[in-house]
Amino acid sequence: MTEPLIDIRNMEISFASGFVKAVRGVSFQLGREKLGIVGESGSGKSTVGRAIMRLLPPTAKVTAERMTFHDTDLVAADEKRMMEIRGKQIGLILQDPKYSLNPVMRVGEQIAETYRLHYPQAGKKAAEKKVLEMLEAVKIRDPQRVFRLYPHEVSGGMGQRIMIAMMLIAEPEVLIADEPTSALDVTVRLEVLALLDELVARRNLGLIFISHDLNLIRKFCDRVLIMYAGRIVEVLKASDLDRAQHPYTQGLLASLPSIDNPPARLPTLTRDPSWLTQPTIGA
Amino acid sequence: MIDVENLTIRFGLRTPLVVKGVSFTVERGKSFGLVGESGCGKSTVLRAISGLNRNYGGRISLDGKPLEPERNKAFFRDVQMVFQDPYGSLHPRKTVRSQIIEPLRNQNLPIKENAVSDVLKAVGLDPGLGYRFPHQLSGGQRQRVAIARALILDPPVLLLDEPTSALDVSVQAEILNLLADLQKERGLTYLLVSHDLAVIAHLCSRVAIMNAGEIVEETGIEQIRSGNVEHPYSRRLLSASRAYGKQEQRPVEILTSV
Amino acid sequence: MAMPISQSRPTPPGIRGWLLAPEPKGVGQALLQQLYQVWLKFREHPLGLVGMAVILLLIFTAVAAPLLTQYDPIAQNMAIRLAPPSWEYLLGTDNFGRDVLARIIYGARTTLNIIILVTIIVAPIGLLIGTCSGYFGGIVDEMLMRITDIFLSFPGLVLALGFAAALGPGITNAIIAISLTAWPPIARLARAETLSLRQMDYIAAVRLQGASSGAIVLRHILPMCVPSVIVRVTLNMAGIILTAAGLGFLGLGAQPPWPEWGSMAATGREFMLDSPWVIAAPGIAIAAVSLAFNLVGDALRDVLDPRGGE
Repeated sequence: MTEPLIDIRNMEISFASGFVKAVRGVSFQLGREKLGIVGESGSGKSTVGRAIMRLLPPTAKVTAERMTFHDTDLVAADEKRMMEIRGKQIGLILQDPKYSLNPVMRVGEQIAETYRLHYPQAGKKAAEKKVLEMLEAVKIRDPQRVFRLYPHEVSGGMGQRIMIAMMLIAEPEVLIADEPTSALDVTVRLEVLALLDELVARRNLGLIFISHDLNLIRKFCDRVLIMYAGRIVEVLKASDLDRAQHPYTQGLLASLPSIDNPPARLPTLTRDPSWLTQPTIGA
Repeated sequence: MIDVENLTIRFGLRTPLVVKGVSFTVERGKSFGLVGESGCGKSTVLRAISGLNRNYGGRISLDGKPLEPERNKAFFRDVQMVFQDPYGSLHPRKTVRSQIIEPLRNQNLPIKENAVSDVLKAVGLDPGLGYRFPHQLSGGQRQRVAIARALILDPPVLLLDEPTSALDVSVQAEILNLLADLQKERGLTYLLVSHDLAVIAHLCSRVAIMNAGEIVEETGIEQIRSGNVEHPYSRRLLSASRAYGKQEQRPVEILTSV
Repeated sequence: MAMPISQSRPTPPGIRGWLLAPEPKGVGQALLQQLYQVWLKFREHPLGLVGMAVILLLIFTAVAAPLLTQYDPIAQNMAIRLAPPSWEYLLGTDNFGRDVLARIIYGARTTLNIIILVTIIVAPIGLLIGTCSGYFGGIVDEMLMRITDIFLSFPGLVLALGFAAALGPGITNAIIAISLTAWPPIARLARAETLSLRQMDYIAAVRLQGASSGAIVLRHILPMCVPSVIVRVTLNMAGIILTAAGLGFLGLGAQPPWPEWGSMAATGREFMLDSPWVIAAPGIAIAAVSLAFNLVGDALRDVLDPRGGE
């Protein structure tokens, strides 16, 4: 891998109220690739994504031997530098666009505002033109019409496209997507994924795709980190998931029900305390 | 066991129908799946059958006997429901034990000494959890408590409303196994509503596919497995569900319609 | 998602261990454990603790009044009329030569009396009307809420004044008058809570057990409204104490010579310039107790109702 975009070594996160660290000794690098982070609820996967954006509540304590975006130290950077990074250099897409969009503002204006925030020299007309281009880029058929809609007037899939447009308009280098399709129906989910895939490839972005859905990650990502109880237990190429070594990864895969040849009983996970301490496999 | 004939439901007087004439039959001791995407009306159908929503048209019969929209008390001893969100379906300020006893109290049934620990064991929970509150349990444990609460009345029919979609996959597997076991042991009849075709395929023998308030196709699970479905919407749903299933059998068909 | 993975930690021995045991053995232990959790959270609010201390002091003073002072709060002694604070009379004496401290101490009984009676009248009425209104909806809601509106539209002190004027001044009538104006906000609160609770799956689950509406309201919805009602009553308590003091001040509350802070302040008014202690002592007592209830209410709101936010 050439010069990584994001380089994290030995990141630890704890919360004031917790007795156990939410994230322990997490290290990974992100290049211009699609990196998946998979884990169950409470595994710390979302916490990692938010820590990179420095969006954790003030009670969270983040430490790392190294945590950089290019040359910027993400632990030490001041809030002004973080404002520049957030949105302009690293974009974040969340699960439900309903909660990320301002309900009383037309979606087009929201995207334009984002654009002008990062490119203050752009005029109103220019920003609007850029937004329409962007809406077209996320395959919205009638951008002129959608520009004037309010968030409650758009469907879930459309909302997520709008979020993607909003995040990409500032042309960030890294995109963090936290369960971007979990709130969507299966038929819509694929469309949004295909779109995300195309945009990431065309713009040569680094993508961190956080999800609980192994099958989704397998189809979509290049490389996968499997998180369990705040640690990365295994790292492997997405195409090698079937050859996963770690019993947790194997267990997760086996426990998925399938339409074709369902087993009489689904194998269930027996959690081994040694998973909490074993070194990462495949790192 | 359950017969639904030409069920129509609307919310409010001059609003369009949410459920537009749905009919199906669930056989005794079998599992019937109702699958569809959000807003297709599948949960609305379930709530009408359960008695939660009394404003429906058409006819619902249980065991051959037509039901009044206003259900009588005895009905609930025959039909119980398990909800999607185990965080919302348990009373936050009552202990596990008192929630499980509650159905017996409401039905004025005697509370046997071992009733709670027996039913907790039946759903794979340690009876020692009886005096915990829901927030002291994990998601999977809560869903087991919800199932135990439904089972304490020993109903022959369980309505399952997305019982695993709020759970992690490994926990989902445990709950699906538990449901399969319980059905085998007690000969239960299941009506399962889910957006996940794989979950339906795992548990059910027959499936009805719903779209926009209608059942577009009702078929056996073998037809689903072999990809032998007729309606265009069924095909679309199946191919989308398969597109990222375990085995990649056919190229992903990306649908461009919004 | 950002929660810690497991909450397991070594259980301390003794009573704390019992209170923190992961598997309570009975209902009593389970409930006490919940209370202990509330206490653990409450403990983190220093101002709430201060308020709590003041309220406990009030209760202690009221209960142990005869032990705390040797003086009779009623017996007059014109010889020592308006004596300034001294070692003998710590807060001085009033215009009838009665020890002000003794009257404050016995006055705590009156205040506590009002607080307790108003609470046990107001909370159940408000809860019952609010939850029924919210749960049954329709015509029941319409009727109950209009009645609530009528009571809500009376200004509290004026209604109390009218009431006291009609039934005659006295502590009992003052309490009834205050209660009449204090229940509607509780009912509104309980109704709003009930409207959202009614949609919850756990209420649907109870309906699917064939439970009667009465049982659902009393056993399932009402307990869920209790915490926010406790918070609201505590916060309103300051206003109730002030109304009670106001009635006393106007001569419509507790009747002389029985000590009541409001009427003490009223009599002290005449001698304010020469003998400020006569009015300062009851004034400070009223302020301290109302402030204490506000502080406790704020802390309780954070503890019992996390939605209120920081």
